[in-house]
Amino acid sequence: MALLQISEPGLSPEPHQHRRAVGIDLGTTNSLVATVRSGTPETLPDKQGRHLLPSVVHYGKGGEIQVGSAARRRLVENPLDTLASVKRYMGRGVEDIARLGSELPYQLVDSDNGMPSFQTAGGAISPVAASAEILEALEQRAELALDGSLDGAVITVPAYFDDAQRQATKDAATLAGIKVLRLLNEPTAAAIAYGLDQQDQGVIAVYDLGGGTFDISILRLTRGVFEVLATGGDSALGGDDFDRAIAEWIGRQAGLPDALDPSQQRMLLEAARAAKEQLTEQQQVDVAAAGWRGTLGREQLGELLKPYIDKTLRACKKAVRDAGLEIGQVDNIVMVGGSTRTPRVREQVAQLFGKPPLVDLDPDRVVALGAAIQADILVGNKPDGEILLLDVIPLSLGLETMGGLTEKIIHRNTTIPVAKAQEFTTFKDGQAAMAIHVLQGERELVSDNRSLARFELRDIPPMVAGAAKVRVVFQVDADGLLSVTAKELTSGVEARVEVKPSYGLSDEEVTSMLKASYTHAKEDMQARALKEQQVEADRMIEDLTAALAADGRELLSEEEYHCLEVALKDLRSLASSEDHRLIARHIEMVAKASETFAARRMDVSIKKALSGHHLTDFDEQ
Amino acid sequence: MAISMTPAAEQHVSRHLANRGKGRGIRLGIKTTGCSGLSYVLEFVDNQEPDDQIFECGAVKLFIDPKSLAYLDGTELDYVKEGLNEGFQFNNPNVKEECGCGESFHV
Repeated sequence: MALLQISEPGLSPEPHQHRRAVGIDLGTTNSLVATVRSGTPETLPDKQGRHLLPSVVHYGKGGEIQVGSAARRRLVENPLDTLASVKRYMGRGVEDIARLGSELPYQLVDSDNGMPSFQTAGGAISPVAASAEILEALEQRAELALDGSLDGAVITVPAYFDDAQRQATKDAATLAGIKVLRLLNEPTAAAIAYGLDQQDQGVIAVYDLGGGTFDISILRLTRGVFEVLATGGDSALGGDDFDRAIAEWIGRQAGLPDALDPSQQRMLLEAARAAKEQLTEQQQVDVAAAGWRGTLGREQLGELLKPYIDKTLRACKKAVRDAGLEIGQVDNIVMVGGSTRTPRVREQVAQLFGKPPLVDLDPDRVVALGAAIQADILVGNKPDGEILLLDVIPLSLGLETMGGLTEKIIHRNTTIPVAKAQEFTTFKDGQAAMAIHVLQGERELVSDNRSLARFELRDIPPMVAGAAKVRVVFQVDADGLLSVTAKELTSGVEARVEVKPSYGLSDEEVTSMLKASYTHAKEDMQARALKEQQVEADRMIEDLTAALAADGRELLSEEEYHCLEVALKDLRSLASSEDHRLIARHIEMVAKASETFAARRMDVSIKKALSGHHLTDFDEQ
Repeated sequence: MAISMTPAAEQHVSRHLANRGKGRGIRLGIKTTGCSGLSYVLEFVDNQEPDDQIFECGAVKLFIDPKSLAYLDGTELDYVKEGLNEGFQFNNPNVKEECGCGESFHV
């Protein structure tokens, strides 16, 4: 007999048409799956009753794969073949991982598509493939619990995840055979889990201190609509750092050397984690490691963690500032992530915001619960219609224009989904193709921003420079994925690109790119001014040279011709100089000098156009 | 005419009603559909229908329309766990045969 759940009025499913939807929190350290049963969201346990699935995958020699707790147990004995915290590497390039890699006991190999993989006994494994294993384990668990295959899942991602990272997450779901209903930002999911979407309005800060990442997000809720006002944080800060700080302290107390082999490191970390967890309940705990015994108290723990907690508080203040708000305007603080169980963290957060944070829901599960609620709505089990969730893009999106300048199409902090269009034109006569270079970042010069994609619009019919109308549309969908379309309007030729992962950007880099745009604001403006003048100079040189060659000898006296040639030569020699004012002055001079020439050319072309026509020809037109 | 609930079912219904924050009880019913004729309805109730019969089981009110009641008389609503799966089950003495999966039935 099939087991039933209570439905909303009028929404009892037809037999064999149950819509099974889950929310999945694909975390750095742990992952969870949740669903709504009879109107109540709940996380689903495995057969042993464990809700958290450690985000660890072990690859054995015989091709066997273990996921979760079983894999985590292999970390100590077999760190090379056991992949943990792969979320950090999702959508990252080889260089980024190589930089982090020195701290981690994995062997990296390049693969054909530029995405790095980890060398394990089971072969080269990409972060996407490892994530797919975790998703598949959760899917299996959910299908057992819901007695049937899933109709879809909402998977949560950090609010700052860029296109590449979101795409990598979707790829992992596809690989696991899961239909993604939507990617949902983690802070938004947490706010939904607390039912904050039922309020009329408010400002919500979501403080998410997980195992390996810290995120602070400022959301604004207006009549059921969430908008991410600002995000901040540190993708290399979390409970793992707490553990490391405690482990180092234990190591020092035990008189161990600084350099330890991976197994020893893991052992100290296990001891540190156990001590940290016990200290959420107790005032002090006994610690034993490598023959040393001692005690660790909450005060001492607070001291060890202080630099990390302070870092999170600074990020909170900055995010509130970025949102254009004062600390006092934050109405609710939602605590997410296992590390927010640490009493000192709660105290400090309460102190900063001047009010106690929301801690009633299990901080490990709250994101998955919110995702499940959203999945339930998206799959159609709720009558109230869809909650409209607005997110923002973290960095401006734009394209390259002449002279290596960045033209921003969608500005940073624009709410998504969004589509914006701008028209461009050709630079040269008869230009048949236009290269579209899609960029991300706040700086003025292309070289200072991040390249997302390049594509070409071909088969533009021959026209004079400036006559073609190329409409470029930037569209960012609700999942934060970008597609760019370029269309030449007179001929209708079109080209488009989905922004395929162009790996290699972390949120520290987002932050540092933002910072750079502030600190380099002045020189950027100068660089832009210079480039603009150089482009203008090049254009003028090209036009004038062409004109002189065409009919300069006929229309100009020897002296006039010579005079223009000299002015042109001066401009050419100056065009690559660094002084935009000097170039501008010379452009002005050349323009003045060529006025007569231009006027005569105009006369000639008008005469040409008019000759042979009767005046009435023009009246009719 | 009688409808009843097991303590487990009552407990879960109460919890879900509390979580939902509104609702006067739950509706039990049947509708004619499915591969074997009839299927069950199990829904929260916000609005009572004029002909509804109400059965009180502890703190929970069960709403049943007269037509469904004919097919459900004597039914006990239970809450069961089967492995990782859990949910409500109608123990209905009127059922003569079910389709393979038990989602629809004949009386």
